[in-house]
Amino acid sequence: MNIQFSEEKLNKVKEIIARYPEGKQKSALLPLLHLAQDEFGGWLDVPVMDYVAELLQLKPIEVYEVATFYTMFNTKPVGKYLLEVCKTGPCMLNGSDDIIKYIEEKLGIKPGETTPDGMFTLKPAECLGACGYAPMMQLGKFYKEHLTKEKIDALIDECREGKAKIN
Amino acid sequence: MKLLLENAHIEGIRFFEAYRKHGGYRSVEKALKMSPAEIVEEVKKSGLRGRGGAGFPTGLKWSFLAKPEGIPRHLVCNADESEPGTFKDRYLMEFLPHLLIEGLITSSYALGSNATYIYIRGEYAWIPDILEQAIQEAKNNGFLGKNILGSGFDCEIYVHRGAGAYICGEETALIESLEGKRGNPRIKPPFPAVQGVWMRPTVVNNVETLAAIVPIINMGGEEYGKIGVGKSTGTKLISACGNLNKPGVYEIPFDLSVEDFIYSDEWCGGIPKGKKLKACIPGGSSVPILPANLLLTTAKGEKRLMNYESLSDGGFQTGSMLGSGGFIVLDEDQCVVKHTMTLAHFYMHESCGQCSPCREGTGWMWRILKNIEQGKGKMEDIDLLWDVQRRIEGNTICPLGDAAAWPVAAAIRHFRDEFEWHVLNPEEAQVRNFGLAHYADELLIQN
Repeated sequence: MNIQFSEEKLNKVKEIIARYPEGKQKSALLPLLHLAQDEFGGWLDVPVMDYVAELLQLKPIEVYEVATFYTMFNTKPVGKYLLEVCKTGPCMLNGSDDIIKYIEEKLGIKPGETTPDGMFTLKPAECLGACGYAPMMQLGKFYKEHLTKEKIDALIDECREGKAKIN
Repeated sequence: MKLLLENAHIEGIRFFEAYRKHGGYRSVEKALKMSPAEIVEEVKKSGLRGRGGAGFPTGLKWSFLAKPEGIPRHLVCNADESEPGTFKDRYLMEFLPHLLIEGLITSSYALGSNATYIYIRGEYAWIPDILEQAIQEAKNNGFLGKNILGSGFDCEIYVHRGAGAYICGEETALIESLEGKRGNPRIKPPFPAVQGVWMRPTVVNNVETLAAIVPIINMGGEEYGKIGVGKSTGTKLISACGNLNKPGVYEIPFDLSVEDFIYSDEWCGGIPKGKKLKACIPGGSSVPILPANLLLTTAKGEKRLMNYESLSDGGFQTGSMLGSGGFIVLDEDQCVVKHTMTLAHFYMHESCGQCSPCREGTGWMWRILKNIEQGKGKMEDIDLLWDVQRRIEGNTICPLGDAAAWPVAAAIRHFRDEFEWHVLNPEEAQVRNFGLAHYADELLIQN
């Protein structure tokens, strides 16, 4: 894979760095890691993190230690559709266990696993701040709330048909 | 009376035109004719307490800000909102972004911040677009950028996305994260007001707190301070969830009783299927859980009210806290042990790992709880659990240790019989409560 942002993305990088005081470009690390993860296959491979380090003139270890701290950065490959199902407190009270079990059975994968076709990864998540609309999951950029088995079926169909919006 | 959500139902209120048409940005026009010190004074008079959870007086916090010559100062809006049960700030940002921007402009002026940052939790991935559009609209109309409304005050607001770490809601961890590091809390002092982001004087305030600056300036601090009960002034956003007929975000008056809030049709509409109320966490997952009888009635036998003082009546022994306003209701069928176990897993997952009592203790608590929940616990495990939580509380750099310990302590204090039931009925416990614990060890490794 060619690890290089497009001209348009490089302009975005410059714009992000300019939000912070001069010499404090390290502050742009989280936004740039988000950008890189979206751009380079949904996860942060070592060459991707090295590229981000180079852009920000940081030591690679400064990027690795941050990328491994935050749960939104995937340091292993994930499926095209990452199903992050909230399982904390109010979601648990409203049946998130059943939702997770249902997805496990439907897709034949355990939490943390990816389907053999590389389409879906199932990841139980800690509180996603949608407690009043439980149970819920995050799919790409968006929240799917008040989940039922029927909604899961429809969502997975949408993903398989390439109709699900994730960005 | 609604001070924040009054216009929330108006179509298009998310956009500048409708927001302005309904009185938006009046507080900025008024504030820019005042001196920064006068604004701080109005906020002090209002009695506003930080709406993020700690409830510290906002005006007082602002007055601590160091103002050395030649060093920039910053306001940082804490939009990390990761406390289980809490989703009110999301509502404000998603549906009333200009209310937040308006509050931010006035607050930035009062604090002398020319570059203000909104640190928003990463998972709210669609909201930065909404905020950035609102910022651009404000800028296009002269409320942001250079020389705002000809006042000579310059201000830019930037949105900064986090990436999934509850600890970044703690103000010093948030600052570290904003600097592009792991979200490890700093030892205080120095406090952010003296050395915050990039070692510059910094104020970190929650979204709802900053939105409340708008009505305070519009009506004057004194008038705002007259609304409410005692030291709980103004109104409060409550995010109600769990087993309720009408979960959601509500703006409540501080003289509302807990009973009315849960059962009245005007508010949460009671508990689904007519089930009984078992317990409630009134202020976000970290605050102590209360059984129904203590939740509804104070130590004096009066109706408990939805405010700072009433909910903390009697301290942690009998009371709880308003906290962040994350109101989690458990009906009679819920298992307190299982619920506490899921919260313990949350805190174990979110511990940054800096302090041994938190790093080791949160995992220890979860493992004990998992054993008890699965019917593999012994009676002495309950005492051990009590002992472990006690050794975490107050022994860590930041309040995450306390946040992890309090739910466990309160669950044992008020529901010890349920813990004992699990120990005494291991087979039934396994059948009744089989949940996610079976693969949580595996998840820990993956995370």
